[in-house]
Amino acid sequence: MYEIELTERRLSRREVVAAGGAAVLTAALAGLLPTMAQASPKEARTKLAELTGGAPVEDGRIVIDVPPYTKYGKQVRIAISVDSPMNEEDRVTALHVLAERNTVPEVASYHFGALAGTARISTRIRVARTQILIVAAEMSDGSFHVGKARCKVARGGGGCG
Amino acid sequence: MQYKIPEVIVPGAITPGEDILIRTKAWHPMETGWRKTRDGKTVPRNRINRFICTFNGAEVLSADFHSGVSENPYLTFHVRVPGAGVFEFEWQVDDGSILRARASVGIAGA
Repeated sequence: MYEIELTERRLSRREVVAAGGAAVLTAALAGLLPTMAQASPKEARTKLAELTGGAPVEDGRIVIDVPPYTKYGKQVRIAISVDSPMNEEDRVTALHVLAERNTVPEVASYHFGALAGTARISTRIRVARTQILIVAAEMSDGSFHVGKARCKVARGGGGCG
Repeated sequence: MQYKIPEVIVPGAITPGEDILIRTKAWHPMETGWRKTRDGKTVPRNRINRFICTFNGAEVLSADFHSGVSENPYLTFHVRVPGAGVFEFEWQVDDGSILRARASVGIAGA
């Protein structure tokens, strides 16, 4: 039975040539097409790991205010606040915003100086397509807090996010 | 390239130690370098890559902008101001130009 299958599945020379041609064609197309490749969630995770540098990561303390559905991804308002007293002992030193499926996952990083008040910023970002936004807050004790929010986009950031 | 002067909204009179909201907006296209015009030419990359806010020389907030920040970057943040002084804002552009804005705050009732 097995042998019969093998003989049946043997490719003819013509088929082999055709398959090879198709492979060459796809490779050429992949090279020619503009590099509009979107970052994968894996890439964003790698970037997050790079930022945290192996420090402990916790959930919570971050509130992300982003519209769950937006028609226009080129300007999406986002407000991020971190529950922190912002005093000498406990303060946020940096906020990192990542977008999983933008062309480049990094969006922006904010570093807070000694005079910074409430850890709350609001800005406008590009969201290329429906995806999850990740915010990582670096605390003064070296730990990281990570918050996530999903944003659904009808029309993306014009291929630029 | 000539840019419009950035807009900054800072309360004029404060009480020391108060938490104030600062709103900033720079006028800039934030070109990512991936966009193409209708005739197929790539628009060269030109972004604001860094924003710095200082109060009397001490850094309050600095930000690194990547391609995900929208054009005409708008940013609000909070500052705990110890007293009267001058806020200086700086946006650094990829083409080397620097956009600046200043705002001074005074003590209320003084």
